[in-house]
Amino acid sequence: MNSLRGKIAIVGAADTEVGVIPHLSATELCVKAANLALKDAGISKDQIDGLITCNSMAEPYMYHAEAIAEYMQIFPKYCMAVATGGGSTFSILHHAATAIATGVCNTVLITMADSLRSGLSRDQAMAMQSATGHPQFETPYGLTVPAYYALIARAHMEKYGTTAEQMAAVAVSGRQYAELNPTAQMRTPITIEDVVNSRMIADPLHLLDCSLVSDGGSAVILTSAERAKDFPNHPVYVLGFGEGHSHEHISQARSLTTSSAVESGQRAYQMAGLGPSDIDVAQIYDCFTPVVLIELEDLGFCAKGEGGPFAASGATQLGGSLPMNTNGGLLSHCHPGNPGSMFALTEAVSQLRHTADQRQVSNAQVALVHGQGGIMSSHTTLILGRENS
Amino acid sequence: MTQHLGKNIPTPTAGTQAYWDACHNHQLKIQCCADCQHYQFYPRIVCTQCMSEHLDWVEVSGQAQIVSYTVVARAVSKAYEMNVPYIVALVVLDEGPTMMTNIIDCSPEKVRVGMSVVVCFEDWTDEITIPKFRPTAP
Repeated sequence: MNSLRGKIAIVGAADTEVGVIPHLSATELCVKAANLALKDAGISKDQIDGLITCNSMAEPYMYHAEAIAEYMQIFPKYCMAVATGGGSTFSILHHAATAIATGVCNTVLITMADSLRSGLSRDQAMAMQSATGHPQFETPYGLTVPAYYALIARAHMEKYGTTAEQMAAVAVSGRQYAELNPTAQMRTPITIEDVVNSRMIADPLHLLDCSLVSDGGSAVILTSAERAKDFPNHPVYVLGFGEGHSHEHISQARSLTTSSAVESGQRAYQMAGLGPSDIDVAQIYDCFTPVVLIELEDLGFCAKGEGGPFAASGATQLGGSLPMNTNGGLLSHCHPGNPGSMFALTEAVSQLRHTADQRQVSNAQVALVHGQGGIMSSHTTLILGRENS
Repeated sequence: MTQHLGKNIPTPTAGTQAYWDACHNHQLKIQCCADCQHYQFYPRIVCTQCMSEHLDWVEVSGQAQIVSYTVVARAVSKAYEMNVPYIVALVVLDEGPTMMTNIIDCSPEKVRVGMSVVVCFEDWTDEITIPKFRPTAP
């Protein structure tokens, strides 16, 4: 089971500009990200023999990865589009690594983008939100996406005494990093009071507890650890993966307050031979602030139920015990939907290359990246290292 | 019923028709396994506990408790705006399964986790009636 540890490396990583990007379509953002990653890796498109994308909501294709390959005129032997929401990025990295390790292909490009801010009309955005959930047994009750997550937040508050201010600390921490990140969409400083006094969206979630709606694209290039040494940038090695999948619909969840991040984390730690105390920097999926508290607990960074006090302690801030979401996260950097967690991955690569400028975590050696998709449905944990041993 | 035009009106399938037919008659019926007596919701062709395909439709008590809730301040679409603020909740039926629902006849300030609720029915169209819950105690 630990056969993949250290065998695969990320040799290219890049983001497009993010935020409100009306002059590029979702397809163009996807190709732009790919091209930036190729330049970062110092290779030509003809060296790509595996391509993975996720479909776009603003500009969908029946066969999205094939459409991107066609656009770029590349002819891969391994080609697919995936769709497990925010968990897509890391679960697909798992598959790509397996494909490289088993010799199916040598060099995989993962590129993802969407244009949720500029590419969807208001009616389309509403229709998308209205379609989230079970079409017979959930959507009739008028849930917005924040409302689904509010059910999780309320359950956590009830069970563990978590407060709105503790959830708000997650948003404040992310914004502090965004202030240091010139590419982030939202960089104005915020306080706990700003969050809890922002407009109520679905009680207990306020506007600033909710992630952004953005345009943007991001891409990485993977190859074997042996080949990785021939690329211009310091390789970032994949040390561990783990997935956990508990449900599709939140009304069918085994628990509202404990997620399958428990399983994904344990599996990733086991493969890496590492534990929570070995992690120098973490990128934890932050579509809504309470999600982060549950993931921090389930990944073992604090005791179960202690996510609120942990976030409020400042531990996740720069200089804290667990610098987290160092690009600003989905709450402050950008969130273009399914591709959202790609930016966490490229940020982790920057941190481990030691090129994260003002937000660099001093001497970062090991990073944990965690994504979740659906409504706490699919969880994937990835552990990356600056060295492969 | 016109006030429900434009809402997310469910389309029954062959496997869920019995549920929606019961709702139409203002009865809450869910599946119970004939082999292991396990209650389940939503309707399926197999029992999630023993994978038996012998499932009976049983009228349940309609008594439930709120597991979690939210008060939606920004409606999901125009058709829901007149209901704002509305309560969405997960409730656990006395028989075991959990359902998504709205809590009605309850002010948003009064709703609580653990609150006892009972099923009631809202006729949305000539065919579709939506089960909702209201507090047991007035």
